[in-house]
Amino acid sequence: MSDAKKAAGWTPEQPMVSIKDLHKSFGDLEVLKGISLDVMKGECICIIGPSGSGKSTLIRCVNALNDIQKGSILVEGQEVNDPDLDKLELRKKVGMVFQQYNLFPHKTAIENIMMAPITVLKQDKEDVAKHAKSLIRKVRLEGKEDSYPGELSGGQQQRVAIARALAMTPDVMLFDEVTAALDPETVKEVLVTIQELAEEGMTCILVTHEMGFAKEVADHIYFTDRGVIVEHGPPKTFFKKAKDPRTKEFLSQIL
Amino acid sequence: MELFGDFFKQLYDTTGWNFVIFYDQVEWDRFIAAIWTTIRLIIACLIFSVIVGFAGAWAQGAKSRIIRYGMAGYIQFFRNTPPFVQILFFYFVVGNLTPSYDAGGYQQAYIGSFGWAVISLGFFAGAFNTEIFRSGIEAVPESTVEAASSLGYTRLQSYIYVVFPLAFRVCLPALNNNLVNLLKTTTLAYGIAVPEMMYTANQIWSDNVNVPEMMIVLFLFYVGLVAVLVWGMHRWEKAMKIPGYG
Ligand SMILES: Nc1ncnc2c1ncn2[C@@H]1O[C@H](COP(=O)(O)OP(=O)(O)OP(=O)(O)O)[C@@H](O)[C@H]1O
Ligand SMILES: [Mg+2]
Repeated sequence: MSDAKKAAGWTPEQPMVSIKDLHKSFGDLEVLKGISLDVMKGECICIIGPSGSGKSTLIRCVNALNDIQKGSILVEGQEVNDPDLDKLELRKKVGMVFQQYNLFPHKTAIENIMMAPITVLKQDKEDVAKHAKSLIRKVRLEGKEDSYPGELSGGQQQRVAIARALAMTPDVMLFDEVTAALDPETVKEVLVTIQELAEEGMTCILVTHEMGFAKEVADHIYFTDRGVIVEHGPPKTFFKKAKDPRTKEFLSQIL
Repeated sequence: MELFGDFFKQLYDTTGWNFVIFYDQVEWDRFIAAIWTTIRLIIACLIFSVIVGFAGAWAQGAKSRIIRYGMAGYIQFFRNTPPFVQILFFYFVVGNLTPSYDAGGYQQAYIGSFGWAVISLGFFAGAFNTEIFRSGIEAVPESTVEAASSLGYTRLQSYIYVVFPLAFRVCLPALNNNLVNLLKTTTLAYGIAVPEMMYTANQIWSDNVNVPEMMIVLFLFYVGLVAVLVWGMHRWEKAMKIPGYG
């Protein structure tokens, strides 16, 4: 464990991500109105909810892509809502995958994976290359190392994006509707990759509309609507015993 | 060379077409000197205008309001006045205000006509380059920059490794256009007696009364130069092309 982590006094028994009473506004529009949730090490949680309910905003706050107005987000004991936050330290711990992949189009698949460890972490090129090759295997893209993003299918690009985030050896992965832009056939290949990650013990926070996947992989499911968590629970109880009418309506539409 | 000269001498004697530069050593030397001056002028202007463009695009994104307004004023000024007037203004007005030194009896300016031509044409084309580079930077999606931030890139690193390489590709065609325009505009330097091709041709036809012949030479010379630049930029554009992108 690095000194920075020790200094924060965090131990793996405590939540890896701990959000308390999070408020976030864009101008006058309050998008998150007091969100609290904890994610333990190795846990996989899914956030579901109608469009515009603030799911993306929530997970973007976790790696400081959005600033927040009130509340606290601790990632391994490090306060994200801190003006003196060391963003690099945070982003080494938190990997993120986006709906639109957002690969660097002027770099090949393997270069996309290798760039950040070399330029940001200043790691040795050969070590990074070895690691990148193993990640390519992990996301099953052997043979596509030297293809440019524009030459890959959506599902392949998304798997490169996952490998790119993993190359930074994060402790938590954030996934924001990573299959929403994909064809139904390619959704599966990406979900399999995420599922394997979760099973290996990666801590994952997923925003998803794939209820089947959430049911199978999630340890805990949160339903958000209009900036608050309406209901949450482990998949077994969540899907069968939803109490809130909003949850019921949402589930009836989507299942 | 001998044969070459003889041919044009013969041509003059039989038809009256006087391509004096090809058989008269003195005029030939003048012509060659003009070629080099023109090429040096063009290269200096191209480089300076691209540097101005980079700096300008960067300054336009500055936090300081004064810098941003200053940039907007600079661009409006240079885009909306004739480049010929700009050259004359720089040489005769700004040039007069800059320091000079005593060169044995008369005052010699530190910056000569060549220097002022480069400065004024560089700022002129630089104003357009600024707009071109800025539009290129704006064409890079914010989400791509966010992806870089989420990987721990600092603002500067994401500019160096992601934004600039992408923006540059987007603006190459427009830059290409502007640089070709700049090449053609360098002929205006004749107004402040830079001994480039336009100026020299003018002198040669004054001495030899062969305006049509020198006009033909002038045209062919610039057609050749533009062709070389366009070819070079085209090769560059191709080399920078990303498979499956754009
Ligand atoms: N940068 C921004 N500026 C202003 N408003 C924003 C911004 N980003 C998001 N919003 C607003 O915040 C609200 C929540 O957006 P968010 O993207 O978090 O929703 P979401 O739950 O992820 O929806 P979806 O399922 O469609 O992705 C929306 O009303 C949106 O218009
Ligand atoms: Mg969203």
